[in-house]
Amino acid sequence: MRELWQFTKLIRSKNAGPFELTFDIMFKDEDCFSKVMTGGKLSAEVIAQLYNVNLKQVKFFVIQSLLTVKISIPRPVFSGDVADTDVYGGQFHSPLVRLPVDAG
Amino acid sequence: MKKIKALAATGNLSTGFREDTLVRAVQEGAHFIGCDAGTTDSGPYYLGSGNPRGPRDGTKRNLHIMIREALRAGIPVIVGSAGHAGGNPHLEWTLEIVRELARENAWHFKLAAIDSEIPKEKLAEAFLEGRIAPLCPAPELQDTSIRQATRFVAMMGIEPIQSALNAGAQVVIAGRCSDVAIYAALPVLEGIPKHIAFHAGKILECGSAAVAQRFYPDCMAAELDQDAFTVEPPNPAFRCTPQSVAAHTLYENADPYHLVESGGTVDTTDAQYEAISDRAVRVTGARFIPAQKYTVKIEGAALAGYRSIVVAGIRDPLVLRQLDPFLTSLRSVVERKIEDSLKLTPRDYTLQFRVYGSNGSLGQSEPCPQVEGHEVGLIIDVVASSQSLAADILPIVWHTGLHHPIPEQQGLISNFAFPFSPPGTDMGPVYRFCANHVWQLDDPCEPFRMTIENL
Repeated sequence: MRELWQFTKLIRSKNAGPFELTFDIMFKDEDCFSKVMTGGKLSAEVIAQLYNVNLKQVKFFVIQSLLTVKISIPRPVFSGDVADTDVYGGQFHSPLVRLPVDAG
Repeated sequence: MKKIKALAATGNLSTGFREDTLVRAVQEGAHFIGCDAGTTDSGPYYLGSGNPRGPRDGTKRNLHIMIREALRAGIPVIVGSAGHAGGNPHLEWTLEIVRELARENAWHFKLAAIDSEIPKEKLAEAFLEGRIAPLCPAPELQDTSIRQATRFVAMMGIEPIQSALNAGAQVVIAGRCSDVAIYAALPVLEGIPKHIAFHAGKILECGSAAVAQRFYPDCMAAELDQDAFTVEPPNPAFRCTPQSVAAHTLYENADPYHLVESGGTVDTTDAQYEAISDRAVRVTGARFIPAQKYTVKIEGAALAGYRSIVVAGIRDPLVLRQLDPFLTSLRSVVERKIEDSLKLTPRDYTLQFRVYGSNGSLGQSEPCPQVEGHEVGLIIDVVASSQSLAADILPIVWHTGLHHPIPEQQGLISNFAFPFSPPGTDMGPVYRFCANHVWQLDDPCEPFRMTIENL
């Protein structure tokens, strides 16, 4: 089973303000992009499940011209709040790196 | 047709830029130098405490070069989100550096300070008048919680900066400010259409971040006209490509196509990015959709308590294989001890075991919280209503945990490897962001007070 990082040149997360997290996934080339996107293993549903958020709260953008997928979700804990673990939100992409995408 | 050359000194005033790049870019005919100095990325501490993020010397070095070159060329300097959070103490910290530079260098110029801190009473009144609306997601806000919070700022749009420029200011130091507004204010004043000025502002606001490969932080420049803007890094070692510029519109935004600003939204759905050399990109096609009502964003910080922490390692495989039940039973023992000795119930403080090697980085979002390695790092984190209470609770927790028993070991054991003596430290006040709201205004300048000083 191949993993998402094998198809991408960048997988990152970052705060989009203190209340939201945003993920940028940039693919290596058109082939990698279309294999993953047609495989259906990277979707708003997968993100909702992986990060335990309501599907309606997942913003999922496919930017064909940049071979990029951008996803935004509400932060589980607001940035810097007493129970926060990652003030910049810079490590929240980690569960996506080895996401099985099974795109032969 | 009028063209405006905008120069971004760097992405954040504290990070810096190459002096020769900035000097060359000004000589090439920049009409102003802008720089963003703040962000909410570092969390609520700076807004709450009033402390700038610094460093002071680096900020002073950068302001020195920017103001020197701007005065030489007769163009304005515009700094937004002064001192990191844009509150009164942050603004004053930055102004003091500017005054000091003027004294040391015998410079004379007109300095405008734009204050963005909002008195709590004024904001509570606006709330009761129904002029404060939540964005999504937003913390719960009421007039009472506004009055109990520590500090609020409003994020200004282009209008207060334009007032300062109209007043003849050569250096504008603005409190909390939209990054885009720093770069859009002067071009719009000079007749550049908003869709071009605002989109260019979004590309410029992180300095050289929109280049293909950023080797170090540096300047960025754009030339704006009636139809388009062309972005080209003034440092010859850097280049912009259509991909690098387009990709930057994604950065730190929840929505890649719609950038909501005071007064309207920049829609980049149909934007075109065209290489006009191997280093420069011409951008067209964004739209500016005016807002029905003019709003500014509100940021607020409230005191959440005071924190004390201890750092420890756990290496014993017998403890590690039952770490969760170990920490659960430790918690119940220490809660009892704290109640006995300090008369505090668990509602009076927050005790968190942050386990690195398990879910330290992602907390409740960690999909695989089980411990797989041969050791974990533990931060015992106590937040209480005063620093002395947090400091009193902490030793009860760590000392109890040090000797907390497990069934496989008979006799007194020591579970924690403390790298330090003392094992922990007081972290000071903890703040939380308490507002993600917008304030509806009749006059875009209403909450912002401008002061002019002739230095």
